[in-house]
Amino acid sequence: MELLGYIIEQTINGLQLGAVYALIALGYTMVYGVLRLINFAHGDIFMLGAFIAYFLITKFGMPIYFVFIITMLSTGLAGYLIEKIAYKPLRHAPKISLLITAVGVSLFLEYFLSLNALFTPNYIGFPRPFEIESYNFAMFTVTNVQLLIFSITFISLFLVYLLVYRTKYGRAMRAVSYDQEVASLMGIGIDGIISFTFIVGASLAGLGGILYGIAYPQINVFMGIMPGIKSFIAAVLGGIGIVHGAVLGGFIIGLLEVFVSAFISSTFRDGLIFIILLLVLILKPSGIFGKRIEKV
Amino acid sequence: MKKYVVIFFLLFFITGISHAKDTVKIGLITPLTGDVKTFGESAKNAFVIALEEYAKNGKYNIEPVIADDKNDPTEGANAALKLITQDKVVAISGPLTSKVTIPVSDIANKNKVPMISGAATNPKVTTYEGKRKPYVFRACYTDPFQGTVAATFALKELKAKTAAVLYDVGNDYSKGLAEFFKATFIKDKGAIVAYESYQKDDVDFSALISKIAMKKPDIIYLPDYYNKVALIARQVREKGLKSTLLGSDGWDSPELMKIGGSAIVGGYFTNHYSPDRKDPIAEAFIKRYKQKHGAVPDALAALGYDATMILLKAIDSAKKPTQEEIIKLLSSLKNHKGVTGNISFDKNGDAIKSVVLLKVEKDKIKYMTTINP
Amino acid sequence: MRFFLESRKFLIISFAVYILLKILFANNFISAYIQQITLFAIIMTIAALGLNVIYGYTGQFSLGHAAFYGIGAYTSAYLAKIFGIEGVFSFLPVLLISGIVAGCIGYLIGIPILRLRDDFLAIATLGFGTLVRVFLDNSDRFAEMLGGSRGFVGISKITNLELTFFSALFIVLITKNLIYSRYGLFLRCIRDDELAATSAGINTSKTKLMAFSYGCMLAGVGGALYAHLYTFLHPSNFDILKSIDFLIIVIIGGMGSIRGTIYASILWVGLIEGLRIVLPVEMLDLRWVVIPVLLIALMMWKPYGLMAKK
Repeated sequence: MELLGYIIEQTINGLQLGAVYALIALGYTMVYGVLRLINFAHGDIFMLGAFIAYFLITKFGMPIYFVFIITMLSTGLAGYLIEKIAYKPLRHAPKISLLITAVGVSLFLEYFLSLNALFTPNYIGFPRPFEIESYNFAMFTVTNVQLLIFSITFISLFLVYLLVYRTKYGRAMRAVSYDQEVASLMGIGIDGIISFTFIVGASLAGLGGILYGIAYPQINVFMGIMPGIKSFIAAVLGGIGIVHGAVLGGFIIGLLEVFVSAFISSTFRDGLIFIILLLVLILKPSGIFGKRIEKV
Repeated sequence: MKKYVVIFFLLFFITGISHAKDTVKIGLITPLTGDVKTFGESAKNAFVIALEEYAKNGKYNIEPVIADDKNDPTEGANAALKLITQDKVVAISGPLTSKVTIPVSDIANKNKVPMISGAATNPKVTTYEGKRKPYVFRACYTDPFQGTVAATFALKELKAKTAAVLYDVGNDYSKGLAEFFKATFIKDKGAIVAYESYQKDDVDFSALISKIAMKKPDIIYLPDYYNKVALIARQVREKGLKSTLLGSDGWDSPELMKIGGSAIVGGYFTNHYSPDRKDPIAEAFIKRYKQKHGAVPDALAALGYDATMILLKAIDSAKKPTQEEIIKLLSSLKNHKGVTGNISFDKNGDAIKSVVLLKVEKDKIKYMTTINP
Repeated sequence: MRFFLESRKFLIISFAVYILLKILFANNFISAYIQQITLFAIIMTIAALGLNVIYGYTGQFSLGHAAFYGIGAYTSAYLAKIFGIEGVFSFLPVLLISGIVAGCIGYLIGIPILRLRDDFLAIATLGFGTLVRVFLDNSDRFAEMLGGSRGFVGISKITNLELTFFSALFIVLITKNLIYSRYGLFLRCIRDDELAATSAGINTSKTKLMAFSYGCMLAGVGGALYAHLYTFLHPSNFDILKSIDFLIIVIIGGMGSIRGTIYASILWVGLIEGLRIVLPVEMLDLRWVVIPVLLIALMMWKPYGLMAKK
């Protein structure tokens, strides 16, 4: 009985982590879909979201729903600007140049924001907008923070799903991801759709940043690196370019991390995650939901 | 470049005119960029204060050369070589972290340049395979001592029977303390019920904490820096675990309470000194530091200050500030009254110092007791 | 003989450079610090050349190059310590073995991952790099000597000017001949159009794998020389940022330009260390702000690098 409670508790731990990964993975997957680019700076936009929320809460004392809205708008704008300034001029350059530019943008964001005049490289405590409460059930406990994360994640996933599969924009996105040239012949404004995708992906990353700040109340400029890489792995695992794949991948990675720590050893956890990545890439590079792509 | 050359010559010229005192060059190596930049800046601030202090009535004119090690062993080694062979410093203060200090101490020792590190606690800093590196000293105690003291305190004072240990596997400081704590705790009939590690970038410790919660240990030992500890403490309390938290000198930061909030209250940690120590030297330093930087100095600042002061004291009492003279004087140094207490060196060049035990309370850090070696 | 005639100019220049360096080193005209970073720049050249073969000539994007550099460094330090090697000549076999070990691991990891396309390959190599770092962090569990996160201490100092310079010279010559052989032509074909290369009858997967292993081998040799120059190893020296260093060198030097890689390595080490001398302490933070901006600008202006032959 005790073991069952333990397993349920660890599952909740894993879901909490997985929810944040899922939100970041969504942005990766969407951008990859339309541009075929691994946006290395995505993890840093997530970090930016956490910092913007931090300033809104501490400096302006805004109510929580305003914080959510403004943060998402700001990170959306950041995503838009990054795409316009750094990626668009390279639209027809070799693929790898674009990737290196993305690495450059990522490094720039981290080191520029870590200057003493800006955010400093220190760890900063993130103020929780509300007190934490625990709800005890027979065998396990859930906190209000966890409930908030689950509900917000699922609402946003649902909305993104609707956006991609039930609206004109979504159809345009899918068309662009399928074949850019043909899509533009069909009268789709490619640049507009790419910008739109960046905005949506970056807002979701910003949302992830806020939730992360609430769940693990400590932020710093380099916090986006590891979650960024792991969320990307999640996106690959679910099938890159596929919305529900990214979500499932996020939850799988979150649960895996927790269960490896809980039952095997925390030391080799990251090693194991990367071994899984390599295996997925080797055995089924298109991921769980992916269609057979003839060559990845 | 031209500008710097001009400035350099101007300085040269000015120092040439004001030939009242002999000039002595000393170097500081500290991480001014990279992941422990905050600590590096504390140490640098303290170094500057120490120099100002000395300038009031020192015999020599001290010219500081500051180098950044980025908390990277290669950069540290390059910085050390630059200071020694380019700038021709006669002594070095620093670095901070053990992983940088070990290669730097090898270089200093080979080139016969005395160096004293404020805060590198790994035993390998001053010895190699049990052999003493004669030119290397430190102003702090070593990991084995601190880990042992923490374990003894847990058993004797806190009457703990079981303990869990959580440490950062990628950090030699955290790992070393965890090992020595474990060894002592088991030797003195305690039980280690969980011995778990995490990675440097982790923020979610829930899996490990749920695991520990099954065992309900009396003590959770967290030998790591304040930022990680604060996060772990919060998650421990959120899981409803009531164990006492115990930690090491990495806890010492004004940020600990800010990030940890109420979760960290009631925790104990071992430290180099207590800010509310009634001691004129410590009080004077704390006041100066507050004036200049608007913050209470952390342990790293205090240790950096002491290390630099010891060096300056040795240089000042030398007839001629040569490396051999300085080493002789350093080795024979006894009872230097520093901010972190009285400092003498043992045969390995490690400071023989007492450990201070502190308790985190709601609004302040309370001094508990001092444990002498 | 033909080979010597063709490389005559290069060899003459090299020996002139060597004599010059020797004079500077021997009489301590330059400080030990400048000597050390000069050797470090040459070591970086060797390792970056390896990445240039992988990426510049073959178009395989690797973000895990530092992992192979680390494997070479740890292997050589371990072997030299076990056999108590102190001298330069007895070190040569160790140097070779370190390179071969890194190359073999590159071969084994390359078999599955080289089938991936550029950005997936980037992530896979990044993953491998992390894997190696996790392993090194915990290496003291397998062998106490490796030191894990405490770092590997007490490595004997063997690397000197001759060893570094002639290793680099030898490697540059070998690489040059490789590139101008039929085999090198295959590599460039693959980079420019893999599909066309396949249809021309080139065994692309085998060729890519060989190029990747060779590049990893060079990283291993560079790592081995590094280990015995700095005499201390720490896992944090072989993480993703180090891989990015190599990448930046290759890009600045230009894809598929040996000369570019040599210049860029010297420039890079000179820049990083030169800024230490020039910049006042307060401005050091700006080092890593300027570098990415330059990188992005370079990509927009010349996506194939400064000295590329395009």
